[in-house]
Amino acid sequence: MATNPTESFILDKPPETKSPSKLSAWFRRPTQHDKGLVDLLTTIDHKKIGMMYGFFALTFLMIGGLEALFIRVQLMYPENNFIDARTYNQMFTMHGTTMVFLAIMPLSAAFFNFIMPLQIGARDVAFPRMNTFSLWAFVFGAIFINLSWLFPSVDGAGVGSAPAIGWFGYAPLTSKSYDAGLGTDFWIMGLQILGLASLLASFNFITTILNMRAPGLKMMRLPVFTWMTLITSFLIIMAFPAITVALVQLMFDRQFGTHFFEVEAGGKPILWQHLFWIFGHPEVYILILPVMGIVSEILPVFSRKPLFGYGLIVFSGAIIGFLGFSVWSHHMFTTGMGVIATSAFSIMTMLIAIPTGVKIFNWIGTIWGGRVKFSTPMLFSIGFISLFMLGGFTGIMHSSVPVDAQQQDSYFVIAHFHYVLIGGNIFGILGGIYYWMPKFSGRQMNETLGKVIWLGVFVGFNLAFFPMHYLGMTGMPRRTHTYKSEMGWDHWNFWSSVGALTLGAFLFIFFLQTLYTFFKGKRCKEDPWDSRTLEWATANPPKSYNFARTPIIKVRDQIWENKHGAKENSMDFEPAESHGVHMPDNSWWPFYCSVGIFIAALGMIFNRSEITVFGSTFDHGFEIPILGGVILLFSIIKWALEGPGGYHLHPEEDQTKISN
Amino acid sequence: MSGHAVQTSTGIPNKKLAMWAFLASDCMFFGTLISTHLIYRKIADNINIREIFDIELTSFSTFILLGSSLFMALAVSAAHKSSMQSMRKMLAGTIFFGLIFLACQVYEFYHFAVGLELTLSTFRGDYNLFGTTFYVLTGTHGVHVALGVFWLISWLIYSYTGKMKPENAEDVEVAGLYWHFVDVVWIIIFPVVYLIEYI
Repeated sequence: MATNPTESFILDKPPETKSPSKLSAWFRRPTQHDKGLVDLLTTIDHKKIGMMYGFFALTFLMIGGLEALFIRVQLMYPENNFIDARTYNQMFTMHGTTMVFLAIMPLSAAFFNFIMPLQIGARDVAFPRMNTFSLWAFVFGAIFINLSWLFPSVDGAGVGSAPAIGWFGYAPLTSKSYDAGLGTDFWIMGLQILGLASLLASFNFITTILNMRAPGLKMMRLPVFTWMTLITSFLIIMAFPAITVALVQLMFDRQFGTHFFEVEAGGKPILWQHLFWIFGHPEVYILILPVMGIVSEILPVFSRKPLFGYGLIVFSGAIIGFLGFSVWSHHMFTTGMGVIATSAFSIMTMLIAIPTGVKIFNWIGTIWGGRVKFSTPMLFSIGFISLFMLGGFTGIMHSSVPVDAQQQDSYFVIAHFHYVLIGGNIFGILGGIYYWMPKFSGRQMNETLGKVIWLGVFVGFNLAFFPMHYLGMTGMPRRTHTYKSEMGWDHWNFWSSVGALTLGAFLFIFFLQTLYTFFKGKRCKEDPWDSRTLEWATANPPKSYNFARTPIIKVRDQIWENKHGAKENSMDFEPAESHGVHMPDNSWWPFYCSVGIFIAALGMIFNRSEITVFGSTFDHGFEIPILGGVILLFSIIKWALEGPGGYHLHPEEDQTKISN
Repeated sequence: MSGHAVQTSTGIPNKKLAMWAFLASDCMFFGTLISTHLIYRKIADNINIREIFDIELTSFSTFILLGSSLFMALAVSAAHKSSMQSMRKMLAGTIFFGLIFLACQVYEFYHFAVGLELTLSTFRGDYNLFGTTFYVLTGTHGVHVALGVFWLISWLIYSYTGKMKPENAEDVEVAGLYWHFVDVVWIIIFPVVYLIEYI
């Protein structure tokens, strides 16, 4: 590769022509020649990072689904004893935590990472190594929470010491007096690591979208998915501090004897609820907005029409983001906040239905009069609109305080948010995977199997969750280990479990189909869907450098205009840079940073506690956290000093070499 | 590319924009902690907070921290003018004032904890919420100052390695943004935690 000697930030190293020895790659900075595990652990390529996010998140989706099936099998028959009560509590706690933090959020992050930089014509995200760190912090945080399964519980009940506090960990259930074991500690530390990963990823995405758009790509020309990425990232950076502080306060309560949530010293458990939901409600939009972006990409492509009301969709998304911060207390209507607070939050909750409704009408307007092609991504998007609407309607019911008082903590609520999170979220994400698989791997998902899976997921999901409306209305409380036959809940619980098993089976088939297609699927042509946005101007899958030359954008839906629009609207390219495309080197330090954090967090679990683990008693002070902190600090310093490094690619005249 | 700043769509350098995003996020961190303190402030009835605080000392350290911001601004200005000697002096001044502030806080914590028996959980043996919220809030701020001092010391050392380039002025400015923010947070903490007790 020719490098320009005047480029001072290029490391002085001999040009490597052959692959260096494998072992040494673990002890020096990896280069573009290192492949395999070293490359995966150290990569700074947003596409590989996105794929790894996707792989881990889909795996956790399966684990979370399995936990849900344990719950459903337990509830299939009255007075069932498939799992004991503690295990049941652990299952619903870990199911919620896994699905929200380890499956849906990272699945969104996978799309953000892979698609967003391509949609804005960027080479990579703004801070590629920070992106690597976000990925590994997420992976280590996810492993960390799940490690709790392996440690024995204090009283011998349940499976290991997995948390049994519900996914929102209400005080005082989390205090030492109610949970002396390790479960809550694992939950606290794990969520803090995951929060750090999300925060850093969001700073990265915000900077990337605002700063690295191709020339001519004004904000109001951005694809809607990129817009929703931006809004979601802002929601994350404003919402996550609340949960982080709440978790830190809880950690101090459990480890250092403070009284933030301890009633006996005057602390207020209700504070936890407020702090949790100040994060928790924006979190709902953090989960759904990316999917709204995905659907807004899919619908115009398969209706062969531009998105109806682009500006309205974008601004509705932004308004949802703003209002999302002013409705948290509708999760707490029954806590007795007083008439004024309750009324205010009730009105705000009703208001937030307006921008959501605007979006739904815009999506319907997009399909209306289009030449609709019912491919799998389109089917999932239509499923999204209809099922998300059902979840939305029950949501509006909850905004009314007297109605909410009846439905609080009942299966009606379970039905509501699963319609939003599976009917909305999972449908949108599955649609996105079917739609972008050619971009991910250059291969296409089998359409017939895709449609079968769609039908199975649709039927299974509705069978599982629609009856829960009835169950909730007839008084079945959520988080109930079992119920008496006289309650009259047998029938719908049985069918709900049948539906859940169906849903689980088809999602597992989907998981296998995704893996198969990604590695072995049928190759497809460059632009299989006749798409509209900039990511389809790259190869399938995109080359490491994304765009050989930076595109110059003239209109919204640029690729569609290139193919079908007026000639003067066609995309131009900037002249190739004389020294080629600068590609930074991989780095070990982001990975080591997350290792340091993992060790420090593990040390905090055993800090000051005498707990027998695998036959030996741990009684530690701060040795392990300090060790982890030193690894972290050392890695940060090395990271700061190593610089971007890298080499230059000359895409056009070097096409064959690059694809190696 | 290396000789001049990388072009960005907004004209704001990437690192600076990311720092602004982080500071927005950090506002919410401190907002949550300060709210917690204000909500819990009146619950503890077995403590007279006016007798605890040493307002002269805290006023002094507040003044010192404000002064450090002046040094920081001058350091950033010097970095942009590529006047290395002046930047080093101003950075050293910022670090020195930051360390005085930290020393005051360490003394304050030590005095409260050992002299007045105010711990994270108790005051003179009785359960107390004031220590809980006070230490965690001001301690978090202290950690921010300490990280800032560490960051500035890193730049000071780096400036002696001979590797510092004119583009690094932007990085010093980003560190400066952080330093000023931590200062602004203290300007909020000082009235709502300390002065409010004297109303």
